[in-house]
Amino acid sequence: MTEAGWQDEVFEALKAANIRQVGYVPDAGHKRLIERAHEDASMRAVVLTTEEEGVALAAGAWLGGQRAVLLMQSSGVGNCINMLSLPVNCRMPLLMLVTMRGEWGEFNPWQVPMGRISQSVLALAGASVHRAEHPAEAAPMVAAAASLAFDSQIPVAVLLAQRLIGAKVFVQ
Amino acid sequence: MSALLDRRRAVATLLHEPGDLLVVSGLGSATYDAGAAGDRAENFYLWGAMGGAAMIGLGLALAQPSRHVLVLTGDGEALMGLGALATAAAQRLDNLAIAVLDNGRFGETGGQRSHTALGADLAAIARGCGWERTAIVDDAAGLAALVPRLRREPVFAVIRIAPAEPPRFLPPRDGAHLCHRFRAALGAG
Repeated sequence: MTEAGWQDEVFEALKAANIRQVGYVPDAGHKRLIERAHEDASMRAVVLTTEEEGVALAAGAWLGGQRAVLLMQSSGVGNCINMLSLPVNCRMPLLMLVTMRGEWGEFNPWQVPMGRISQSVLALAGASVHRAEHPAEAAPMVAAAASLAFDSQIPVAVLLAQRLIGAKVFVQ
Repeated sequence: MSALLDRRRAVATLLHEPGDLLVVSGLGSATYDAGAAGDRAENFYLWGAMGGAAMIGLGLALAQPSRHVLVLTGDGEALMGLGALATAAAQRLDNLAIAVLDNGRFGETGGQRSHTALGADLAAIARGCGWERTAIVDDAAGLAALVPRLRREPVFAVIRIAPAEPPRFLPPRDGAHLCHRFRAALGAG
């Protein structure tokens, strides 16, 4: 499966889950999803200045009867910790898609510390965490995560492994 | 210099007969003030999530385009989420207003001076973030003129209030309860 192929499938899974708001801090691994969200008339793509804004955006969407997703990179997970008390306390759903850095062929050492602890931090903060390593499992995992988040009303994160995304190439 | 507004009376004025206004209040005194003005299902009180009030208001305003959303918060809470002013302005909504009760203090923690007492101008920051309509009020006449705007316009307002702390009024703080009743009032859940 091509890279765009699995990312388009993930987008379709979000559409099927009736996601209407897409908060994001840009990441190359989410590039296709962000483009699709901006192009889709049924979705509102909201560029954020920092990831915890997206946790609060999703809470507001849920209060108003809509479903949101938060797209971020693993370095943004740390920014979200206190704000995750919002969905946990309010028994609100939260769907997060996290592209991983610092784990598979990483060139930039500054990505490593947060990449290594993202999964643990999310779990400690009260989220259920899934991890996709292969293209074929990404979209079904996002669909299942959306069901878990919105039907059981809990925070759920899907980590998209750097092996799946492809290591960022710094020097051509 | 005019006598600064009493926060409890100012918020009672802002939220008098609120109609179908949806209210998100920032943690601390803004939540107490909003509760004291009259508890209602369409008030979502924050007791934490500092810096998140404006973004909750944005997500809510996007989800409920036919309702007006008022985010009522304090200077400390707004300062923690300054980026949200840019994020919200970028969405160009006409149904989201933000009112900051500005006493230049962190009232919950001993009254330490905040950045607005040290030179930061939240209305100027909001303008710089893209808010086309901003207001600063510091007296009763200004507040009276602001009330209808906060219910109809996409305005960012700074309301200068006296630093005195009124008696605590504690609205419900169970987040699941607040969420459930808010959604039920909107027919969402």
